[in-house]
Amino acid sequence: MKICFTWPSSLAVVSAVSLALPLADSARAQQSTFDWKQASGTKLVVMLNKHPYADAIIKRLQEFKDLTGIDVETSETPEENYFDKLTASLASKNGTPDVFMTGTYQLWDYATAGYMEPLDSYLNDPSLTNADYDYKDIYEGVRNGGRWDLVPGHPTGTGQQWALPLGFETNIIAYNKKYFDEKGLKPPKTFDELYKLAKQLKGWNGPGSYGVAVRGTRNWATIHPGYMTTFTNAGAKDFEIKDGKLVSDLGSAKSVEVTKAFAQLVKDAGPPAWSSYTWYQCGADFGAGKAAMLFDADILGYFQNVPGGSAEAGNIAYSPPPVMKEGDPVGANEWIWQVAINKSSKNKKAAWLFVQYFTGKEHGTWAAINASVVDPPRKSIWDNPDFQAVMSKMPGYLDTFNTIIANTSVKFTPQPYFSESTTEWAATLQKIVLSGADPKAAMTELAKRITAKTSKLKLDQPPKTARQ
Amino acid sequence: MFWGREPALSITEVWNAPMSTTLSSPRTPPSELPRGGSASKDSIAHARRRRFRPYLVLAPALILTIGIFIPFIAAICLSFTDYSLNSSDVSFIGFDNYLSMLQSSDFWHSLWITIEYAFLCTAVEMLLGVGVALLLNDENIVARFLRIVLIFPLMIAPVIGTLIWKLITNPSVGILVGPMRMIGLGDFKWAASPDSAMFSLVVVDAWVYTPFVIILVLAGLRSLPKSPYEAALIDGGSPWFVFKNLTLPMLAPVLLITLVFRLMLSLQEFSIIFALTEGGPGDATMSLSLQAYNRAFPFYGLAEAIPMMLFLWALVYFVSFILIGFWRRAQQRAAGVA
Repeated sequence: MKICFTWPSSLAVVSAVSLALPLADSARAQQSTFDWKQASGTKLVVMLNKHPYADAIIKRLQEFKDLTGIDVETSETPEENYFDKLTASLASKNGTPDVFMTGTYQLWDYATAGYMEPLDSYLNDPSLTNADYDYKDIYEGVRNGGRWDLVPGHPTGTGQQWALPLGFETNIIAYNKKYFDEKGLKPPKTFDELYKLAKQLKGWNGPGSYGVAVRGTRNWATIHPGYMTTFTNAGAKDFEIKDGKLVSDLGSAKSVEVTKAFAQLVKDAGPPAWSSYTWYQCGADFGAGKAAMLFDADILGYFQNVPGGSAEAGNIAYSPPPVMKEGDPVGANEWIWQVAINKSSKNKKAAWLFVQYFTGKEHGTWAAINASVVDPPRKSIWDNPDFQAVMSKMPGYLDTFNTIIANTSVKFTPQPYFSESTTEWAATLQKIVLSGADPKAAMTELAKRITAKTSKLKLDQPPKTARQ
Repeated sequence: MFWGREPALSITEVWNAPMSTTLSSPRTPPSELPRGGSASKDSIAHARRRRFRPYLVLAPALILTIGIFIPFIAAICLSFTDYSLNSSDVSFIGFDNYLSMLQSSDFWHSLWITIEYAFLCTAVEMLLGVGVALLLNDENIVARFLRIVLIFPLMIAPVIGTLIWKLITNPSVGILVGPMRMIGLGDFKWAASPDSAMFSLVVVDAWVYTPFVIILVLAGLRSLPKSPYEAALIDGGSPWFVFKNLTLPMLAPVLLITLVFRLMLSLQEFSIIFALTEGGPGDATMSLSLQAYNRAFPFYGLAEAIPMMLFLWALVYFVSFILIGFWRRAQQRAAGVA
């Protein structure tokens, strides 16, 4: 039989296929042997940080309910206050929330305190985890960010899986491509080039404009993006184990050298009100054309470049973070937003279905293409042609990602005093930049204060609370 | 008639009398109640109800006090342990937290910052508030308009006002940037520099709370008797003479109670400092409240933070106790009693 394809019939076929695809996805989910309705009728309470990743979850709660029969009540809190609220909720041990958003570093505190449900038993149980989940599809460095054996000083990637990723951030240079092209400038490859270029760009776009936006508040979030990426790319370390004790290495010559260089960058080319700058101010300045470059989360630069995202949307490109010496391997510190289950939750099965669904391929793919959830943690999404089509509008984004992903991981040493030690670190950086404190003396004093606490940690086994 | 009986004291005497006098009202002792018959039973029941009335009146305040005392006592108990928000293990450690606090240079630095902040804010707001209230104590159209407009900051939550100021003073995009450049202060860093962070905090605090001082002082000015001023006018007293010898002494109780309010709140201030500087840059504005907050929440050391808050509570209590004493004496002087 000869089949004749006329354009109306072709159009009908294409329409039918494109309508059928999303239906097929959820139909596949429903028709597989996996029982998504095994916790039907349960009500979950979920705590979320105010973030596009959370917005994407909220947009698809109805789909989740239709699939599983589970009702979800969410709350959103701005990041500055989110972890304080979350800590108080988890410490109450009343089972609320059932599921919560967390970052990698906070996991070191919460899992150590016994607030988090280990997930390996759920991942390895075929009656609880859909065969399509494909755990190994998540980038190794990203899934390892949620895995730790709770022994202070041990790197992430060993022990139990405590949380699974919604999305993650690397730290790169975003720059105003339009201006760079006009002036024949190239993005910096080394830190020295970054410093010279940023200093040269002071006043590039009128009064108040400056070379590079970096964070500066008295908060751990100041240390982890550009600063920590530079710190570790230079080969410096935050801790080492000496004589069986966890000892701060921030007073070492390398730490001091990097800190001095970074402080000089801020003084000569950073935001005038640097010590009040969070990621919001950095992104806003970059998007408004006040900062020529942004040395921060890749997704922060991404949000400024989406249509309507900022005044400079369409003029932005991306490049890898600078290394100290040309030829050094380039990588970045990463931040991962994850979801986890409250150990005190009375609805763990339903909570696991929630975690599984919103960290699964289907939601991840939809969110990456339709809801600006970048960077997606799954390789299959990065290989997806529709996602690549979206990212192709971001010059250099994909290339930068592919260049650094192999060396991108959590660069901090896991330990339960993370929040305190990095906040003190940020305060010391502020003193060096703004009060003229001597970098060597300040970093040595900082290392002494941190070591006074961390040296008391037992490094041979997880703490008692985590073993309960 | 109050509760069916003649009051023991007049309204003025009740207002001016010490607290203990008003609470110990005379009542009919049970031995003097009429006895026998159904009328007696009614009287006994009535007398019982009257006995319990003061307690019923006090019940809401009592419940509130118990509601405050329970967490207060719990906090004191926790301060003798190593309780942490990221650990379930709790051990009794005696006075270790108190000793660590007193031996910590951070604590003494924060105490100094707290006192400096409270003193500067209170001084600026009292001077500004009294000055503005004196100017507004008039019935012209400008004064009437300004009396409404100047209380607008009180309608905004302090943290929102602070964030507005943060935007206004942003050196990249703030609306104050242009005018500051015109007067040669384009490089002024406001809260972003340790040299000007305290100044910035005082400006914001004054913007938020001076209207409160204006309202109280204005109310006080309006309640002053007119006859002394009329007499001074007839005798040809200068404005400064009138202010120094009439207004100030009569207004002293109001000024002192305003001072008590502002000083107590400034010593405890958290939201403005947190929103503007988070205690930075460095530790330039790290008050006791911020220090305790950081210790309790981001650093999880709740038991370590409680001694700082107890110290602050004791400081506020001590300062207000002294000022209330001054207030009582000023009240008596103003009433011509002392």
